[in-house]
Order: sequence, then C-alpha cells, then structure tokens
Amino acid sequence: MTFKSRRASALLFLSAAPLVLSACATTGSAKSDGKSSSSKTAFNKNPYPSTYKPYPGTATAIRGATILDGEGNEIANGVVFFADGKVTAVGDASIAIPEGTTVVDGTGKYVTPGIIDIHSHLGDYPSPSVDAHSDGNEMTSPTTPDVWAEHSVWPQDPGFSRALANGGVTALQVLPGSANLMGGRGITLKNVYARTMQGMKFPDAPYTLKMACGENPKRVYGSKGRAPSTRMGNLAVNRATWAKAAAFKKKDSGDRDLAMETLAGVLDGEILVQNHCYRADEMAVVMDMAKEFGYKVSAFHHAVEAYKIGDMLRDNDVCAVVWADWWGFKMESYDGIPENAAILQNTGTCTIVHSDDSNQIQRLNQEAGKALSNGRRMGMTISDATAIKWITSNPAKALGILDKTGSLKSGKMADVVLWNGNPFSVYSRPERVWIDGALMYDSANPKLRPVSDFELGQPGEGDVK
Amino acid sequence: MKKLLSKFPANVEPVEIRSFRHTRPSRASGLTAILAATLALTATPALAQNVAITGGKVVIGDGSAPIEGATVIIRNGKVESVGRTVPPASMQIIDASGKYVTPGVVAGFSRIGILEVEAVSEVNDTSARRSPFTAAIDVAPALSPFGIPVPYARASGVTRALVFPGSSSGLFSGQGAVVDLGADNNMLMRPQAFQYIEFGENGAEKAGGSRAATFLTFRAMLQEARDYARNPASYDGRSKDSLLLRADAEALGKVLNGSQRLMIKVNAANDILQVLRLRQEFPSIKMTLVGVAEGWRVAREIAAADVPVITAALRDLPDAFEARASTQSNIGRMKAAGVKVALGQIDDEETLRLNYTTQYAGNLVALTKVPGATGLNWDQAFATISSGPAEAVGMGGQLGVLKSGAVGDVVIWDGDPLELSSRAEKVIIDGVEQPLQTRQQRLRDRYADPTEGALPKAYDR
Repeated sequence: MTFKSRRASALLFLSAAPLVLSACATTGSAKSDGKSSSSKTAFNKNPYPSTYKPYPGTATAIRGATILDGEGNEIANGVVFFADGKVTAVGDASIAIPEGTTVVDGTGKYVTPGIIDIHSHLGDYPSPSVDAHSDGNEMTSPTTPDVWAEHSVWPQDPGFSRALANGGVTALQVLPGSANLMGGRGITLKNVYARTMQGMKFPDAPYTLKMACGENPKRVYGSKGRAPSTRMGNLAVNRATWAKAAAFKKKDSGDRDLAMETLAGVLDGEILVQNHCYRADEMAVVMDMAKEFGYKVSAFHHAVEAYKIGDMLRDNDVCAVVWADWWGFKMESYDGIPENAAILQNTGTCTIVHSDDSNQIQRLNQEAGKALSNGRRMGMTISDATAIKWITSNPAKALGILDKTGSLKSGKMADVVLWNGNPFSVYSRPERVWIDGALMYDSANPKLRPVSDFELGQPGEGDVK
Repeated sequence: MKKLLSKFPANVEPVEIRSFRHTRPSRASGLTAILAATLALTATPALAQNVAITGGKVVIGDGSAPIEGATVIIRNGKVESVGRTVPPASMQIIDASGKYVTPGVVAGFSRIGILEVEAVSEVNDTSARRSPFTAAIDVAPALSPFGIPVPYARASGVTRALVFPGSSSGLFSGQGAVVDLGADNNMLMRPQAFQYIEFGENGAEKAGGSRAATFLTFRAMLQEARDYARNPASYDGRSKDSLLLRADAEALGKVLNGSQRLMIKVNAANDILQVLRLRQEFPSIKMTLVGVAEGWRVAREIAAADVPVITAALRDLPDAFEARASTQSNIGRMKAAGVKVALGQIDDEETLRLNYTTQYAGNLVALTKVPGATGLNWDQAFATISSGPAEAVGMGGQLGVLKSGAVGDVVIWDGDPLELSSRAEKVIIDGVEQPLQTRQQRLRDRYADPTEGALPKAYDR
C-alpha cells in the first residue's frame, strides 16, 4: 500500500481495492453456442472462449494425510482419490484404492482443495512492475463496464508460478483496479500457464463486474475536476449508470453497447458483482442501491469494516472478502482489525480471505492462519476445517464456481494441494499441487516448476523461488 | 534538485507543535548534537523494575541455541545476566515456565513513529519531496509514540526499530534513528543513527535519469561536504552551482568521516558491486546495504567487504528489473556465504504491519524443508530480527540480545515466537512491563457481536 514505493504502488493503492473478477467468457445463462437468447439481435456473449484443457494425469490416491476437505470436515488418516481429472472419493483409510493407482504417502502431511484467490491482479499488473505493464485501471472514465480484465492479462506473468508453488493457488480471479466506480469485467483463471489468456480461462465460470466504493474513485476523478469528487458523487454516478442500464435492457433494441451489455448481464444475474468497499456504512448503502436497481452484490472486497455489519451481510447473502490484518494505509482502512474474519465467521457471514497482492497470494494459507488464531484468542471456536473454507469453497461460491471446484467432493475438479504440514503453520509449504488431476507442481521435481517466458534465460531461471 | 519553499501547501502541519521530550539537535552545532544524542542514549525509564524471569526457554538472539530454564535478570533497565543463576531474594520473579523468553524483536526497516495513515498527508511525515533540504533532514523531531501504529507493533513483540526517512527532493533521503516502542513520551534511542540513500532504479531517477548520474552526483556531493568540513565559513551553499545547502553539506560530513553510518539501498547484483567499489574511493564510509534483492549472486563479494545487509525475507518476484533474480533463498545463501544479514520490511508495510516480522522470519525456517531452497535454522532466523538489525546499524550488543549490558527488552511468548498462532504475553522495554492494549482491540470488543443492543454502539465502551 505503499503508494510511494515503486514496488507496490500500482497494486496496492489504485488497484488495491479492486473488485471481483470472473473469468470465463460464458455467462451463467449463455447457451453452449454462446448466443444470447433474450436479445432481439443475438450476439455472441462468449467471443473469447476458454481454450483451457486439463493436462493429463494419472489416477492418484493420497493416503494417510489429514484432509481438510473444504466442506467443513477434517479427516485424520484419510484418503483422497482422484482420476480422470475429477475427485473420485474422499474418506477414511477404509476407502479401497484400485490397482494401478499412483499412491502418495501423506503421512504427517495435509491435503486441502486448491487454494482460490478471489482478488488478484496477476497478469494485469504483472512483474516486472514497469509502466509498460500497468494494465489494470482504465482511468479515463469513472464507469468503464465495457473493459474486460482478461484483455489485459499477460499470461507470462512470473507471479502465476509463485502463486502455484508457494501458495498452492489453483484458481484466481483477476480484476480491474479500483480507480473507477465500475472498473470492468473480471475473469477467473485456472492457474496453469498457457500461451494465451484464453488458455487459462476457467471453463464456464461466470463473468464478474468490478465495482469500487469510497476514496479511490472520488480521488481519481475529483483530482481531474470531474465527477465523482465525493462519496455522494460516487452514488450519483453509479445510480445514473444503473438507470441507463435498466433503460437499455428495457429497450432491448439489439444495438450493441459494450458497457450496457455488461450491466444488463448483471441485472440478468449472469454477471456477478464484486465490489471493493472498505467501510461498513458504504456497504450498507451499496446493498440498498443493488435493491433499488434489482441486482445482487456477490461479495464486498477489502471489506475492512465488514465485522461491524456481519449480520447485514449474512442476511443479504453477501460474502465478505477480507485481509487477515491489513489496516491504516488510508482513512477508509483505519478501523481494520485482525479479528475481522473471525468475527464474520462467528456471525455466520460467508467469509473469504484474499490477497490483492502478488506476494500475499503466495501465502493465503498463512493469512488465514493468522485470522484463525486471532479468533481463537478472543475465545471463538473455529476449526481448521472451517478456516480452510475462507480460501477454498467460500471464494468458489462467490465466483459462481462452487459446483466445479473449491472442495474435495466426488465429481469436482481434482484441484488438490498436498502440504508438508498443517497449512496454517508458518512452517508449511505446498509439496505437490494438482490441477484437474494433473500434477502441475512437485517440490521434489525441478522439472515441475514452471518458468515463464520472461524468466527464461535470465539469472535465476528455474531457481526455487 | 533544489525546490522552492513556496511549494509548501497551506495545510502542512508544523512538526513543532507535537511534543517530544528530546527535540532534534541543532544542525548548526555539532556539540549540541552530540549532547542531545548522549541524553537520549542515557535516558532511563522512570518505572524500570528489577525483575528475574525464570524457567523459560531463553533465546539469546545472537543465533545461538535457546537455553532451557535459564534465568534472565533485568536490573536498572538493562540485562544484567542470563544463566543458571538463582535470582536474588526479594527480586520480583516472573515465572516463564513452558514459555519462550526472547529479546524484543527489532524491526530492521521501518517508519514507525513518523507515519500513521499512509494516504493522509497530515499524519505522514515519511517523505519531504518539496523541502529544499535533503541529507540534513532528520526524522527525530517527527517521531511520535502516540499514534496507534506504535502500540499495535509493540503488542506483537516489536520493541525497537530502525526508522528510515522516505524520499527527499534529492539523492540523499536524510537521517534515520533507532527507536524504542515503549509506552512513554520518548521513543528516540539514537538520533541521527544513519544517513539513507537509494542507488539502483530509484537512485537513477532521483539523480536525473541514469545510474551514471547517481554515482557522479554522489561523488560531487561528498566533495562539497568535504569542502564544507575543511572550511565551513567559506562554503558557498547558495550559489547556483552548489549541489548541497549548508545544512546538507554539514550532515554529510558525518558520513564522510565515518562517524555516521550510510545505509545504501541497492538491489541488482551489478549495482551492489558498483556500490562496494565506492569503498576504495571513500574508505572511511561505514556502509550497510539495504534491499539487496540479488545479493545471493554476489554474496562472496559482500561477505569479503564485511558490509552488513538488511534485506526482505520473502521477495521472490522479478517485480523490478533490478530484482529479476529475487528468491526467498536470498538470505539463506548470503548467510551461508558469510554475509551478516538482518531482516527488514523494505517498503513493505514497514509501519503498519510490523507484526509480520516474526512471520517472515518463520518463513525462512520453512524454506529448510523445501527441496533446493536455502533457509535458516530457527536460531539464525530469530537472530535476523534481533541481533541482526542491531549489528547492521552498528549497535551490536546494545539491543536485540539478552546479554549483560543490553537494553532490558524482553518478550515472553505463549509459544514459538515465529509461529502464527503464538502471541506475545508480556513485553518489557527498558525494564518496564508494557501495556499491550491496542485501539484495534477496542474495536474488536465493541463489535464482537455486531448487533446493536439497548443503546447504539457509540455507547458501548
């Protein structure tokens, strides 16, 4: 958040509070041909379709590990079995393992679902952080729902490899930054390197719309002498834009309007709103605005004050996406407390821990571990099995991909992390990571450590990072 | 490089209105500066208690293995002894059985005390880009123990910190301090402990656009400082040709003669080598390298130069070209080559999240279980956040260790201090047991149940 430091500036300050992203080109209601069924003039809602294909894997059973399954269960001395890219069975040691299965000894280790970061700017603010790579904020208008984060994703960002190897991240949402009230569409990616952005797109994940409350939009546009320059200006511009979207939808002329198509997708429930919003009072206003125009907020991101209104978020079925302990870097984060996630969990709110950072995405497990410990210290009973949901199934839910990943459940994608110890310990690291059943990282095998084009032929290529 | 004073915005709060026990020593008088420094160093806390901490797993902080069941005796605000001694009768005893006893954590790179809310300029005194002064800028009078970051860091076991100035309008950023985080009116331990300068990509930008210009500017400025030192009265700091104001020239004299350490931020392997070569030209300068992202590539050269390093634990992305070979193994590899390494949160939430210090050190231990990575064993890892920063600022033995004569800073932990689930149960600074309450806890307690009761939350305290 050191907006003064070159290293962190782009991400933390302007885009530090980015919204949600979601990835895939296919919206929830799009037909398999990608054609809209509701407009007079059909247009392709999925013009940049995912070309991601799972890599081949072998039938694998991890035996003897402690399993935190992402569904809220902990299984000691358990078995996770996956084949053909899908989880086949999860349970205790009595599960039969077919012959020909690759058996991994997990004794003394932990297995979790693949970690999901619901808030990342990898690809849009890649390393190295130079001006030429600053592609996350279209700071030319306070509402840019026509831009799509996927069109900025540089698939050679070295950050993807660190998130995989050090963080066990198997899926992530890449969001536009938070300079704008409506920053554009977000996208959900599989954390698998590809030659193209399309090759990383999470198949059939809904698109998302990133929105932002508070200080950033009013500062960015106020400093340009245009609206919004205040929080009330933020709301006025938002409401005017939603009113326009409602009229666009009603008119249904068939004329293309890229911005309005995104907002109509939100009003139709196909595109999920991921709303950067720090302050409790502003979240409450946004929830009313959503009701006014008939859309739903999927999640509030950077919800530093969510703990003050966990009950309202719970009752409105909105997830709170938080850091473990970021606070104070700007006025709207002044009331951040390290017990935020724990209080939300205790209130029954859908709780998610995110990174918004190319470094912390590498240790979301530790961030969740701190949040967990802070809750226990204030007397709350929160199990490891619950806390792992903050970085697995809960983000999957808020991204609309819970039916596909986020927990170790038969039939879901075999996105699996084997940790060399309890993932909430500072001393634990991923040992192996499978994505769709394919072994994409093995700490013991240097050949299974991806190296982006940028790092090829550079000092430190292939190093353990 | 000089900027006009008229650029000051009208709403800048004069630092003079804040209260400090020790004000900044006058730049005009070296004697005054020395006197002020001496006062700060010898200030003893009024409530220092003599205490014996018994039964704990005692970590000395110098990289040696913990001593089970040793007794730590604190007298008159200082560590008196650590060992198997029986505490004197009548001395207050703290039973630390089953707990870790360590020196207070020392933050190797921070801006604690000079910043409260980063994006609120009124409470952000880190940088002074519109000031005409550069090297003479001294963080000391801006230091305040009363902002909420100080108790927050203290509650996580951080008791001392190196405070770095942010950017100035010129190449030299100004003078940093060593501070304590005690709950009293004065956090200044050693003012003007070092001068700070950035080389590499930032330094090139500040010097006008290139690394070549950085080195030229550095040399030319030190030449002017030399001119000033030879004959202050004749130094013309007001001509258009001069690079340094008189106050800046005076300040750099301390760097030139080695009485003040020069902290140099530098990251790329080649930049590190170039900076080390400056030692031939300026043999009196006492250097510490800061950042050092690619240090592992030139670790032998750094070790041979016997220059200590303050570096980040986990920088592993090529987030800048000057850091393209970054790896979390940087510290382990430098240590193995014989470099003296301290951990610092270099431009990484160096004020508001100093609670990450122990977490980062723990990660260095985690690396020892990753095939191909180089980490540190636990004892070495802890030393990077205790004796390491002290040595990097030339104050080895005075802080960051539980050894006779060091400051009486002790933390008692309910578990492994580097583990995420552990907490600092007791924090003692200069022999004084510290309050561990934070504003964050007040908010936590108010909203533990977020629903409103018989009265609004504003009545709940």
